[in-house]
Amino acid sequence: MSTPLNHRPHSLNDSPFTFCPGCSHGIIVQLVTSVIDEMGIGGDTVCVGCVGCGGYLPWFMNTDTICSLHGRAPANATGIKRIQPDKVVFTYQGDGDLASIGTAEIVHAAHRGEKITTIFVNNTTYGMTGGQMAPTTLVGQKTTTSPYGRDAAHCGKPIRVCEMLSAIDGAAFLERVAVDSPANVRKAKKAIRRAFECQLQGKGFALVEVLAACPTNWGMTPVEAVGRIRSEMIPYYPLGNFRDFE
Amino acid sequence: MAKVLMKGNEAMAEAAIQAGCQAFFGYPITPQSEIPEYFSRELPPRGGLFLQAESEMAAMNMVMGASAAGGRVMTSTSGPGFCLKLEALAAMTLTRLPAVIVVVMRSGPAFGTMKAAQEDYRMCGNGGYRVVTMAPSDVQEAAAMVYEAFDIADQYRNPVVILADGMIGQMMGSVDFDRMPPRRENLPAKDWALRGSDSRGGKAQAILFPVGTAHYIEKNIAETELYPALIANETRVESIGVEDADIVLAAYGTASRMCRAAMETLKGELKLGLIRPKTLWPFPYEAFEAVNPKCKAIICPEINIMGQMIDDVKIAAAGRWPVSHVGDSRTDFLTPDAIVEKVRQVWKEVNA
Repeated sequence: MSTPLNHRPHSLNDSPFTFCPGCSHGIIVQLVTSVIDEMGIGGDTVCVGCVGCGGYLPWFMNTDTICSLHGRAPANATGIKRIQPDKVVFTYQGDGDLASIGTAEIVHAAHRGEKITTIFVNNTTYGMTGGQMAPTTLVGQKTTTSPYGRDAAHCGKPIRVCEMLSAIDGAAFLERVAVDSPANVRKAKKAIRRAFECQLQGKGFALVEVLAACPTNWGMTPVEAVGRIRSEMIPYYPLGNFRDFE
Repeated sequence: MAKVLMKGNEAMAEAAIQAGCQAFFGYPITPQSEIPEYFSRELPPRGGLFLQAESEMAAMNMVMGASAAGGRVMTSTSGPGFCLKLEALAAMTLTRLPAVIVVVMRSGPAFGTMKAAQEDYRMCGNGGYRVVTMAPSDVQEAAAMVYEAFDIADQYRNPVVILADGMIGQMMGSVDFDRMPPRRENLPAKDWALRGSDSRGGKAQAILFPVGTAHYIEKNIAETELYPALIANETRVESIGVEDADIVLAAYGTASRMCRAAMETLKGELKLGLIRPKTLWPFPYEAFEAVNPKCKAIICPEINIMGQMIDDVKIAAAGRWPVSHVGDSRTDFLTPDAIVEKVRQVWKEVNA
């Protein structure tokens, strides 16, 4: 008799994912919901969505969930957590949402040491709107709004969110991971679990930055896109822990 | 509690606390800053939460989250900050999240003039939604309106805006907290609030921005059920002497106070009536049906240029009377003298 090695996390509902083939969101959502299941916190969890491809998450969740406005997920999460301090509140945000229009909200949520967990998906582009330049777009990277390649002299270098938040005392846990290989996926899951533990222990703000592939907007096959995480993203966005708690 | 002398802004904050406001999220801006200051001083010792947000936008989105979590919550601002809150206000109307937003109107942007104004009339429901918008004209009424606004918001699951102006916020006035409106009973339970699926026996709750057909269903429910109920039940107006008036003034908030002064001045000269909407939405169109058919004109004094409420007054007048605006001059904002002058000028024109 065969035994299934894996199953759909209970924290996901039956809706099929709307992500493109080869998109990393599927893996990351699977990791987040598996961690919630394994920690047994699904019944107390509130998921705060964003705007962008990751913004579909509330439609897939089998936990309490809410959509937020573009960039404002940390503010929504702050309001929820402050009214219901015993609930587990997490935001799921892309790079356009968190690192561009929502920089004030994420910086100040971290600064206040909000006891929330943020999953930050960095795929160096605005996926949903069709591949425009993001604050995380690499220098030289061609997008639909940087057709000649990102010019650092014109619009600056890509923002390193974990490094930026490292300057903030209220950030209790910061780690950058990637989902380009089975080994890194396992490390990513460990970091996500740690980020939820940070909240459960009341240590402060926790964020996991996940380097992710967007084959559709990168114009690559899924395999090529995973290769790009390794060859181009990790050299600029080094993996590792930037802040941990006791 | 006997009568006390309080600043309008502080009276509104105190009324909110007495109405059971659990959390306030705000940001400094003149002329409303006494509201967050009062909450920061008074709310934590009385068991509530005060949080100063990083921006007006963030404050409003915190309100949205706190409301979604089932809290009785409030924010306050002035016009420049209100612009920044409108996206979240629209989102809250669509997802039916209650809250109270106090707007203490001023005229200028950023470092511009901070003098009182009535310039945000069109921001309270322009676009694809409506919110009950209450317009106080003295400190007692400002407190009473804030107090009742929380119940209205919870009863209908729709935000309520208090549209005060800089004069109402800054003036000292007597207020008696024993004279608040009665608390509404049997408000619906917030069984939709995000308290974790365990609170509902495992059933998850999603507060989503509806898409496709679901979006139009929500809009249709608002148009056919929510808004008619608000119009039927929550329209407020004060009318004085309109049945035999030669000229009727229509004004709200501080402009209506200036109208009273102008009416005193013109006593014996001609008969003036006053229609003072206490709710700007729903707008009290019906009140104009009581106006003397022989009335010669309606004048709409507002602390702005061009007029904003005047559009609704014209709809109410329906061509039966000429409607004209009087507002800010080349040198200052609206004054009672300017209203007197306008009345005399219009009276001369209609009798010419």
